[in-house]
This record gives sequence, structure tokens and C-alpha cells, in this order.
Amino acid sequence: MKTARLVTLAGSAALALALSASLVGAQDSQVIKIASQSPLSGPQSVLGIAIRNGVELAIEQNSQALNDLGFTVEFVPYDDQATAEVGVANAQQIVADPAILGLTGHLNSGVAIPSSEVYNENNLVMVSPANTNPLITDRGYPTVNRICGRDDLQGPTGAVIAANDLGVTSVYILHDTTAYGQGLADYFRAEAATLGLTELGFEGTAEAANFDGIIQPILALNPDLVFFGGIYSQTGVFISQARAAGYTGLFMGGDGFDSSEFAELAGDAGVGTYYTTVAGPASVYPNAAQFIEDYNEAFGEDPQPFAAQAYDSTVIILNGIAAAATEAGGLPTREAVAAAVRATENYEGLTGTITFDDNGDPETAVYFAVEVVSADPAEWSNNTIVASAVLPSPLFALQQAEATPSS
Amino acid sequence: MTAETLDSRRRGIFESFLDSKFYRRLSRNFIYRYVIYPVGQMLLFVALAAAVLTLVAYGIAILFPEPRPNIVLADQISKQLPGMIISGVSIGFVYAMIALGYTLVYGVLKFINFAHSELFMLGAVASFFFLSVLNTAGLLTDVHPVLLIIVMVLLSGAFTGLIGVLVERIAYKPLRGAPRLVPLITAIGVSFVLIDLTRIFAAVTINDFNLTLPTREIPALAAPVPFQFGSTTVNVRVSSIIIVVAAVIMLLFLNYFVNGTRSGRAIRAISQDATTAGLMGINVNLMISLTFLIGGAFGGFAGSLYSLNVGTINPYIGFFPGLKAFTAAVLGGIGNVTGALLGGLFIGMTESFLNGTLVYFPALGQRYTDVFTFGVLIAVLIFRPQGLLGERVDEKV
Repeated sequence: MKTARLVTLAGSAALALALSASLVGAQDSQVIKIASQSPLSGPQSVLGIAIRNGVELAIEQNSQALNDLGFTVEFVPYDDQATAEVGVANAQQIVADPAILGLTGHLNSGVAIPSSEVYNENNLVMVSPANTNPLITDRGYPTVNRICGRDDLQGPTGAVIAANDLGVTSVYILHDTTAYGQGLADYFRAEAATLGLTELGFEGTAEAANFDGIIQPILALNPDLVFFGGIYSQTGVFISQARAAGYTGLFMGGDGFDSSEFAELAGDAGVGTYYTTVAGPASVYPNAAQFIEDYNEAFGEDPQPFAAQAYDSTVIILNGIAAAATEAGGLPTREAVAAAVRATENYEGLTGTITFDDNGDPETAVYFAVEVVSADPAEWSNNTIVASAVLPSPLFALQQAEATPSS
Repeated sequence: MTAETLDSRRRGIFESFLDSKFYRRLSRNFIYRYVIYPVGQMLLFVALAAAVLTLVAYGIAILFPEPRPNIVLADQISKQLPGMIISGVSIGFVYAMIALGYTLVYGVLKFINFAHSELFMLGAVASFFFLSVLNTAGLLTDVHPVLLIIVMVLLSGAFTGLIGVLVERIAYKPLRGAPRLVPLITAIGVSFVLIDLTRIFAAVTINDFNLTLPTREIPALAAPVPFQFGSTTVNVRVSSIIIVVAAVIMLLFLNYFVNGTRSGRAIRAISQDATTAGLMGINVNLMISLTFLIGGAFGGFAGSLYSLNVGTINPYIGFFPGLKAFTAAVLGGIGNVTGALLGGLFIGMTESFLNGTLVYFPALGQRYTDVFTFGVLIAVLIFRPQGLLGERVDEKV
């Protein structure tokens, strides 16, 4: 009887010891998770998967600093299906996991805006590789950042090129009724009006397949240029049908056109289309040669636009976590990570040097105007850059203006 | 197109003509019954819809001569009229062919097969895979385009017809005696299953979501055909012409099948009273399967033709055309084959005219097209709840 009790006691003591040992072991290598949100299924998945792949590669290659601090970094990709409701539901799940300290995403501004409300309430830092709607950062949230340009600068860039370089005098503007598409179209429209272009129409449509009816008034009005604020899965189909119906003018769009899938959807009709973008093809960035090689090796294809941006966004988050962890001497809080990310200064990334302004915009961003040269998707990265401009973010421009007193 | 419209009870002002010996002889003539009469009916519907909508459009142009600065609405309408009519007719025939599937199934089973829009989608997807396989084999340009399209449409239709029969056997037949709501919900479930199976299949085979038909490789389809209407030239896409021609031919076959064959008569008998039809020696289960085969095949034909016109498809394209075709079936009078044709053409043309004119109203725009289209539906149904050509069915207490 007595021995039995002793054995039990010894047993439980051993168990407790083992448990505490395992706890200590876990403490030795704590798990930090980085999440990504982008459309992994559905019509826009080509870009969404590129973003996920970029994040994965970044974590694989840049976790050493955190490993040295005693952390292991895990990657949890989420599929937002390019839908706001799904994005917000995922965001709730993401913030509920205390191990997740940073998020790279989204592709669509219309999804990013409501989802980032959730991140911000829970102090989770988000760095966006692709969201161009001004509202992303203009809310002034300390947790929300992006490394790409803004539509209030991208849209006007397109209008300036249309008026000055392409000699266009009349435009017909379409958008896809989303926050991204309509926002971009509005900025294009405003600048086009300032430049004296005749606006023949301004239309929103969510139609995805049969554009016959939408094309009829365009044929009757015969504008020099049709601007479409939308994503390639819709605009590529539209362009192929508009050409087939006999429209002979130019097409222009924003960074939503930027995917090799566009060439596949639009075919020959898409050749000669202009688009502005905040993300040049990876090949234009001098630092990205190694990235293209690694990406090819890991995923068996050339990186789509925004893959390199996703890589940079993730590295910025990892650096922020490392800085916050060093300062805290252990697992950092989400607030500390967000502050460290916002403090990023002169980060030398694949796509340029990034310093965030107080709103989370990069102080300067590059805007490209690109012409589609071939109907072959494999030739997409050879599209010609017809113009590029480095423009400061509105906040940074304001600060610059204040710093240099007008004389 | 159905027996009701040949019915001697509703002759109206043509009574004396319809009673004449000449007409009696004529109405028994095969060519008249199955070719001239239905084609005439289709032409009449197209002309009627075009005339009504044109009048409405010009009426609006008189009310709002210049809705936007420098835009004279009447001039714009004149320029766009042929284009709007052609695009309206071609999409209208697509809606009509889908609507037939809804209406046939409703006729025999008295339930709405909401999975029908997915049969339309599957028809488009089947066409994509058919053309892709030919393209990979390098045979696409060798085959004569007319033959190619006929084979493509028939194969797609055969495929979706079989899927339709399969769905009926697996999902609806066990529920034959259940309350009407049960198969309806099942149909919605089947619809999701078919979408996701297609998604998985496309992901596994070619790993792409947007399926672009290799029709650009076919030179005969690429160049639009110019038509001269007065001072305006309208480029009509070859695919639009194909849709109209193919749809007319198939509707003639359907008309013959429903009104001219024993099986067609059996289906009509079941739609009137399934139990009694069974007692009269009609194999009800076989005829229901046949209805799903024909209805599914028409969905597939429509999907196949639609995919030629739009060029790029995905597993979700069925939803809106399916919804509008269902609307068309209800507008025409659900259960009535002629009604489905009229409803489809009417919805397609209304949509096309709205797309063409709403642009000029800055406060509205094309995104309100569906609001107006469905507004028309509501208005029609308030005054004729049985649909334009539907029979008034008194409630049995």
C-alpha cells in the first residue's frame, strides 16, 4: 500500500518534471506565425498565388535573425477569394491566433479596407504589397502600411500619358464597381477633365462574360481611348469582345491589368493596350535577379507582378519582429511589432528603397506606364515600359514643402 | 409553337380565316406546322419586341432630348439601333434556350430545376475542352468551321443532357413524393456541387480558372461581318449570327419533338396530369428522364453557343444567364414552351436596349440595367401573374 502510493507520487513527480521540461523546451523555440491573405482561388488567383509564393519564399530565406533569437517562423496562407466578407472572416481568425504577429496582403483594396479594420483593432501589423486605394493608409492607422503607390497618383499618371504622349482627345471610362476599380477610374476621370479631355461616358459594370450590350454605346460614341478601372479577368475579356465588335481606338487601364493572364484572355486584341502600374515586372528591378531565379526554382514559373512586392512586405515584417523582439528580450507584443514596422527606414528591398511616412505609405513610389507587346502570355515580362515616374506620397510631399520654406 | 396556340378556343379576330377550308388544309401541312408557323412566330416576337423597345427608346428621347451636354439622345439611338437589336436578339435566343429547360421540367414535375444554370455552364466548359483537345492535336484549323461548330454544339448538348438525366436519377427521383420545397432545395445543392466539381476538374486538368476558348485560331470566326444600315455600318460578330441560326434550327426541332411526335405528346400528357397519363400506359419515369435529357441538352446548346460569343468562361458563368432565363420562363408563363421563347427574346432585347440608352443618363448608368429589367418583370406579373402566354390556373380549394 505504502509502496504503491510512493510509486504514484514518484510517477506524478516525474510527469510534472517532464511537463515543465517540455514547457521550457517550447520556450526555447517559440513559434511566430506570419499570415498572408490573397485570392488563392477564383478568377484572380494568378496574382493571389504569386503573393502567397512571395511570402513563402521571403520566410524561407529571411528567418535566420529570428531563429537566432530563439523563434521558429511559420507561414499560414489564407484565401480571401477576392471577397470582402471572406477577407474579414479570415481576419477574425487571424487576430484570434496570438502567435500571428504580422500579415502580408491583400490583392484587392475592396477586401483590404474592411479587413484592416479588424487588424487595426487588434494591433496586428499589415503590410500590403498591392493595395493602391488611398483609403488604405489615409485612415492613419498605425498598423496599416503598404509598399506600393496610390491610385490618386496612379490614375492621373495614366491620364497625363493619354493626353500628352498618346494624343488622345476623347475618353470613355469604365470601372468594375469595386473600391479599387471605381477609385482608380475616378482619379483618372478628374485628371482627364483637368487636362481638357472630352469624357464621353463613365460607367460601372460587374458583368464578367457578355459585354455585347455595354459595347454598343462605345461603338456609337467612338472614343479615342477606353479606360477600364478593373482587374484583368474582366478587362481582358472586355477588350477581346470590344475589338471583335469593331472598336478601333486605344485601351488603357491600371495595375489590375498586370498579369500574363491578361494576354491570354485578350489575345491579339490586347496588344497595344496601355496600363499604369505601381509594380513593374520583376525584371526591371536590379536587385531582383536572384529572386527571379529562386522563385523559378521553388515554383517552376516566372514571378507574376506583386510576388516581389509580397517578398519585400514580408521581409519588412520579419525585420520589424526581430527589432521588436531584440528590444523586448523575448516575444514582442503586436503593438511593438507595428511600431517597429512603421519605423522602417531605408530598407533596401527588391523593388526599391522603402521608408514609411507617418500614414504607412512609402515616402516615394515608382509609377510605370507599360504597353502590352504580345498576345503570348510567356512574353508578358517583356512588355515595354513607355514611361516611369517617382512620385512622393501626399503626406511626404507636404512635409517636403514645409521643410523648404517658400521664398 | 405549342398546341395551345393552335387551339381553336382562342381565335379572336381571325375567326373567319381560321375557320376557312384553306386554313384547315394548311394547318395539317407538315411544312407549315413545323417550319413556317414557328419561324413566323419567332420573327413576329423579334419584330414585336424590337418595335416596342424602339418606340419606348424614341419616346424617352422626346422626353429627354439632351440628357447630357452635347449628346442628342435620338441621334445616338439611331446610330446604335441595329447593333442593339442584333446583340439583343443573340443574347435573347440564348436566354430562350435556357428558359426552355426550366419550363419543360416545370411542365412535367412542377418544380424549378435550379441546377439548370449549371448545365448551361457545363455546356460551355465542354465546348472549351472539345476545342482545346482539337487545338492541342493541331486539328482545329483543318476541320471545316461549320462542321466543327455543329459537332461542338451537339457534343456539348449530349453531354449536358446526360448529366441532366443523371442528376434527375440521383437527386430528384428519390424525392418524387416529397413536398415541393424539398427538391427545390436539393436543386440548389446540386447546383453548387456541379460548380465545384467543374472547378476541381479544371484545376486538376489544366490548372486554370478562366477558360479561354481557342476560337481565335479559327479564321472564319475572327473577322466581324459588316452590315450597312443606312449611313451606319454595323459589324456583326460571326458568333452572333451562329447563335441566331443555330437557335432557330434547334427550336424548330424542339417544336417538332413536342408537338409532332408520340414522345412529345406523352410529355404534354404528363404535364397535364401525370397520374392519368400513367394510367393511359405512358411510361412516366422514362418520359421524365427524356424531358431532363432534352432540357439539359438545350441548356448545353445554349452554353456552347454562348461560349463562342464570349470567348472566356469560368465555372461561375451560369448564375446570371440562368437567373435571367428563369425570369424569362416566368415572364412568358412557366410551363409554356412558346412563352419561354417570347420571354427570353423580350428579356434579352430589353437588356440590350437599356445598356444602350442608360449610358446617357449620368445619374443612372448601365449598372441599373438589371433593376429596370426586373422592374418590367414585376410590372408584367402584377397584371398577368400567369405570365404573358401562361394559362390562368384557378386555385383548387
